[in-house]
Amino acid sequence: MKEKKLGSQIVCEALINEDVNVVFGIPGGAILPLYGVLSQYEDLKHILVRHEQGAAHAADGYSRSTGKVGVAFATSGPGATNLITGLATAMMDSVPMVAITGQVGRAAIGSDAFQETDITGATLPVTKHNYLVMKADDIGEIIHEAFYIARTGRPGPVLIDIPRDVFTELGNYDPKKQLFIPGYNVPKNADDNEVEFASKLINKANKPVILAGHGVIISKAWDELRLIAEKAQIPVVTTLLGISSFPENHILSTGWPGMHGMAYASLALDQADLIINFGSRFDDRIVGDVSRFAKRSKKIHVDIDPAEINKSVQVDVSLIGNIKDVITQLLPLVEKTTHTSWINHIDKLKSDHPSLEIPKSDRILGQYVVKKLSDTTKGNAIICSGVGQHQMWAAQHYTFTNPNSWLSSGGLGTMGYEVPSAIGAQVGNPGKLVWSICGDGGFQMTLMELATIAENNLPIKYAILNNNHLGMITQWQGLFYNQDYQAETYTGNPDFVKLAEAYGIKGIRVSKKDNVENAIIEANKHNGPVLVDFVIEKVDDVYPMIPAGQSVNELIEGPNNV
Amino acid sequence: MSNNIEQRTISALVQDKPGVLARIAGLFRRRGFNIASLTVGRSEQKGLSRMTFVVEGPQEVVCKVSAQLDKLIDIVEVQDITESNIVWRELALIKVNADSVSRSKVLEIANIFRVNIVDIGVESLTMEISGGKQKINSLIELLKQFGIKEILRTGRIATLRGTLIEGEDDGIFQSEQDNDNNFIIPTESGSV
Repeated sequence: MKEKKLGSQIVCEALINEDVNVVFGIPGGAILPLYGVLSQYEDLKHILVRHEQGAAHAADGYSRSTGKVGVAFATSGPGATNLITGLATAMMDSVPMVAITGQVGRAAIGSDAFQETDITGATLPVTKHNYLVMKADDIGEIIHEAFYIARTGRPGPVLIDIPRDVFTELGNYDPKKQLFIPGYNVPKNADDNEVEFASKLINKANKPVILAGHGVIISKAWDELRLIAEKAQIPVVTTLLGISSFPENHILSTGWPGMHGMAYASLALDQADLIINFGSRFDDRIVGDVSRFAKRSKKIHVDIDPAEINKSVQVDVSLIGNIKDVITQLLPLVEKTTHTSWINHIDKLKSDHPSLEIPKSDRILGQYVVKKLSDTTKGNAIICSGVGQHQMWAAQHYTFTNPNSWLSSGGLGTMGYEVPSAIGAQVGNPGKLVWSICGDGGFQMTLMELATIAENNLPIKYAILNNNHLGMITQWQGLFYNQDYQAETYTGNPDFVKLAEAYGIKGIRVSKKDNVENAIIEANKHNGPVLVDFVIEKVDDVYPMIPAGQSVNELIEGPNNV
Repeated sequence: MSNNIEQRTISALVQDKPGVLARIAGLFRRRGFNIASLTVGRSEQKGLSRMTFVVEGPQEVVCKVSAQLDKLIDIVEVQDITESNIVWRELALIKVNADSVSRSKVLEIANIFRVNIVDIGVESLTMEISGGKQKINSLIELLKQFGIKEILRTGRIATLRGTLIEGEDDGIFQSEQDNDNNFIIPTESGSV
C-alpha cells in the first residue's frame, strides 16, 4: 500500500495527472486547505481572479481556445454560487470544464453553517454532472471521472464539491485505477447503414448546404469538413458558434444564418433541397418559426448527443457519433461533383443580398472598427466577445481564417463573458494575439478582472465599442416596443482610458474615424495589455435581422426596409 | 404546444447513490412533466436500483423523456416501455371502516378481489391488494360506501414480458391475467 496523502494533495496530483498546468480561482475559508498545499506543486500555476464568475469564464476561454479542460477553484457559499453563470455558459455551449469548490466540514453540511450552500443541488441543471466528495479516498477517482465526463461525448462543465475536512483527511490515491462509469457511452462512429443512406441523399441532392456547428470545432473536424465540402462542392453555412470551423475566405463559405446572420446564408438554407447539419442543435436563433424553417429540404443531422435529434427540427436521417469520425465515414461514399448551377445561384444570392455593407458615415461605426480589426490582424487573432450588438458585428465583420479562433457565449448569451474569457484565451495561447471586442455594458459587468490582467501582464487587447447604450436593448425597444426607450442609456459610464490607467494598463481613446486603424496598430505593437475606447455612433441597429420566432420571409435586410 | 397529455411508463436502472432522484426529478420539473407515480428499489445488480415512473405531459414533450434521462450520468439504462408488452403491478394498503355491522360485507368484497387482510381492529380493517391500477380503483370505489380511512399506493412497477409472443395469451400466466381481467381491460397507457 502506498503512503497516504492529504485530500488536498490528492486533488493537486490528480489535476497534474490530467495534464492541468493552470487553474483560475480565488480562495475562501472552506477551500483554504487546498491553497495550503499549492506551493508544493510548482507545475500547477494558479491565477488569482477578482471574482469567481471571472474564474469560470477564464477556464471556459482557456478550454474553448485550447481544446483542453479548463479548471476553476472557488470556496463554499458565495464563492460557489458566483461560479453558476460561468457554469451555465459552459453548459449551454458544451465547453469542457472542471470546477472545484470548497464545502463546509462534513459534520456541518445541512446545518446552515457559515458560507454553506448546497452547490451540488444548485448546479444540477447547469452542469453535465457534479459530485460531493465525502472521503479523501474517493477524491482521485472522482477527479479522473470528472475530467473524462467533461471532455468526452458532448462536453460540458463538471463540478466537484469537497468539504473542508476531506481536504485535510488522509486518503489513498491510485492514479492508474480504471474508471468504471456504467451507462456512460461515448459515441464514435455512426451506424454504417445510416451513413450509407445519408451518403445517398447527399449524392442525389442538387442544392445541398452544410450547416456546420460548434460540434465541428469541439471534435476538431475542420480538415474533414473542408474535404467533404470541397469534394462534393457543397456551400458551407456555419452557426454562430461554428464560426471559424470553416475558413471564411474560402469560396464555399456562405456565412452564418439566423436572427442577425447574413441574408444569403438564411436564404441558402431556405432554398436548399438538403441540409447536412454537422454538430449544430438547430438553435432557435437559426430556426425561428419551426413550422416554416427550410421546408424544401431533407435533413441529415449528425450529432454526438442523441437527445438533440428531432428536438426542434424533424430530420430524415440522424447519424449519432463524433463529427470527425462520421465525416471520415461519409467521405469515401460521397461522390465528387460540382453542383455548378447551385453554386452559381449561391454566388448570385451573395451579390443580390450583400448583408455586410457598412453604412457610409463620418462617425465611427462598430462594424467599421471590427472590419479594421479584421484587416489589420489579417483574420489571425483570437477574438472574444460579449453579447449584444458588438457581438453580432464582431461575428459579421471579422473574417475568421483560423479554426477555433472565435470565443463567444452563444447559447446562454452571457454579457461580461468578454473580459475574463480573454484571460483564459491568452493564458492558454501565450504567443497569440487576443482581441476582446466588448460592449460598454458587458465590460462593466466583469471589469474588475483588469486587475488580474495587469497582475499577470497578459497582453490582451480590449476594444470597447462604446455607445453609452445597451445597444441591442435600444434596437429592440425601437423595433418592437413602440420606441419606448427604458433603461438602455448609460449616462454614468466611467472614463475607460483613465480606468485602464488606474490599473496600470495602457488606454487609448478613439473618437475620430481616421484614428481607428492607427489605434489598432498601436495596440498590436504594445507589449502588454491595452484598452481601446472606441467612441462609436450612439444609435445604430444590427442588420440583417429576422425577428424572434419568424422566418426568412420576415427578413429585414437593412434600415431602409424595416 | 398541444394539450394532448399522455402517460408514459419508463423503467430505469440507476446508480444507487444519493442525489440520483433529485437529478431525475429536476429534469422532469424543468420540462414540465408531472410524475404520476414513482417507485424505487434495489435491483438484482449490486449498486444499482430500479426505478419505474409514470410521467404525464404533452405527448411531443413526453416522447423525448427517455433520451433526456439517458444523458444523466447516474442512469445506467433507460427504457420507455409504454408501447411494449409489459407486466405491471401496483400495491395498495386500504384502511376501511368495518364495525360489527359492516365487517361481513367488507370481507365479502375482499374475498371477491382476493385481497389479504393485513390488520383488523374493532372499527376498521386494512387490506392489501396488488394488481393493475383499474383493479385497485374498482376496489376503492366499492369500499367507499363503508368509509375509507386511509389509502396508500406504491405506484406502478413494470417489466417487459419474457417469452410470450406479443399479443398472445396462452393462459400460462393465468393467475396474473386473472388479477386484472376480472375487472378491467388492461391498457398500458390507461388513465387515472
